[in-house]
Amino acid sequence: MRLLLGTLFALVVAAAVGLGATYFALTRGAAFGPLTIRSWTAWPKTGTVDADPYAQASIARSGRLPTALGDGVAFTALNDDKGRVLDGRCAVVLSGVTPAARFWTLTLYNFDGELVANSLNRYGFTSQEIVRHADGSFEIVVAPRANPGNWLPTGGVERYQLLLRLYDTAVGVSTKAGREVPMPAVTVRSCP
Amino acid sequence: MMRWLLLALGGALLGGIVHLATIIILPRTATQDAYSRLARIAPVNTVTPLPAPTPNAAIMPFMDPAFAAAVCRYDLSQGPLKLSLPVSLAYTSVSFYTRTDVAYYAINDRAAGKRVIELDLMTVEQHNQMPENEEITAADRLIVESPTLTGLIAMRALAPEPGLMPMAQSSLAAAKCVRADDNN
Repeated sequence: MRLLLGTLFALVVAAAVGLGATYFALTRGAAFGPLTIRSWTAWPKTGTVDADPYAQASIARSGRLPTALGDGVAFTALNDDKGRVLDGRCAVVLSGVTPAARFWTLTLYNFDGELVANSLNRYGFTSQEIVRHADGSFEIVVAPRANPGNWLPTGGVERYQLLLRLYDTAVGVSTKAGREVPMPAVTVRSCP
Repeated sequence: MMRWLLLALGGALLGGIVHLATIIILPRTATQDAYSRLARIAPVNTVTPLPAPTPNAAIMPFMDPAFAAAVCRYDLSQGPLKLSLPVSLAYTSVSFYTRTDVAYYAINDRAAGKRVIELDLMTVEQHNQMPENEEITAADRLIVESPTLTGLIAMRALAPEPGLMPMAQSSLAAAKCVRADDNN
């Protein structure tokens, strides 16, 4: 009886630890080799044959097709530069420049990877659409209410994520965070 | 007390094995992965345009709304495939995925260097069986080796402004994905 109880206990611990760790890894989107620049993170290796088992499991679970490295690199931002979670009720400003790329797109998604409904039906910007300063830098306001300039509506959702995808770029597996790869600053301008 | 601690430790070690096993098995058993989602709307070895993602409906999460997209779900068991895709004005790319959605190759319009991206897709065995002289005549065609018999080809054309979406869609509408021996 003691042996049976002991075995049962060990198996329950094993199931809890094992499945718990798997769930945690998949919901956090853990994978090896992240490239983090300011508040932006990309996993260039996820878009290659060398994608590690964690990346593969997370791709399969989410149901997305990863951006192939020969196509581009996708950077995700969940926080502002001070580490606060992006809130759709606040006005958040992206300012600066992007690494060299032929095109880039910026898209706003909720945490399930769905687009967020808004009155303009605007879900993002491409590098061709935005208004820039004379030196080539830009400012994009991500806010629930209309703003002059480049306004990306949040639809007032509580939490969202921003994806900045660089297409036809030299940024890749061997890229190190540094001056050659500038990413836009993410700052909260005002919060109700 | 000692006995239970040891059992908990053993359980935790076993849990590590359970964790690794589930992570490795998951891609092979997933029923909601991109390939399974696309299998519902995309017939084998033909180009299927994907509807643009909207907040209420999207065939896959994290689709880029600035792109027109089409897929060819391929099956190479009957022989190699030929893919041709005219490039659009802005940016056009073709990405190849295995059955488990791992990206193994991608090419864009500039890398292809022509007005039409033309590719031959085959397995490693089919490539090895190709007669050598044929390979020379086909030197200007790109040959892509698929690590799996089935998989996905994702074709995407950028609409730099929303008004240019019809142009991007029409360039994808001219894409062809056919069995190599049907074509000749």
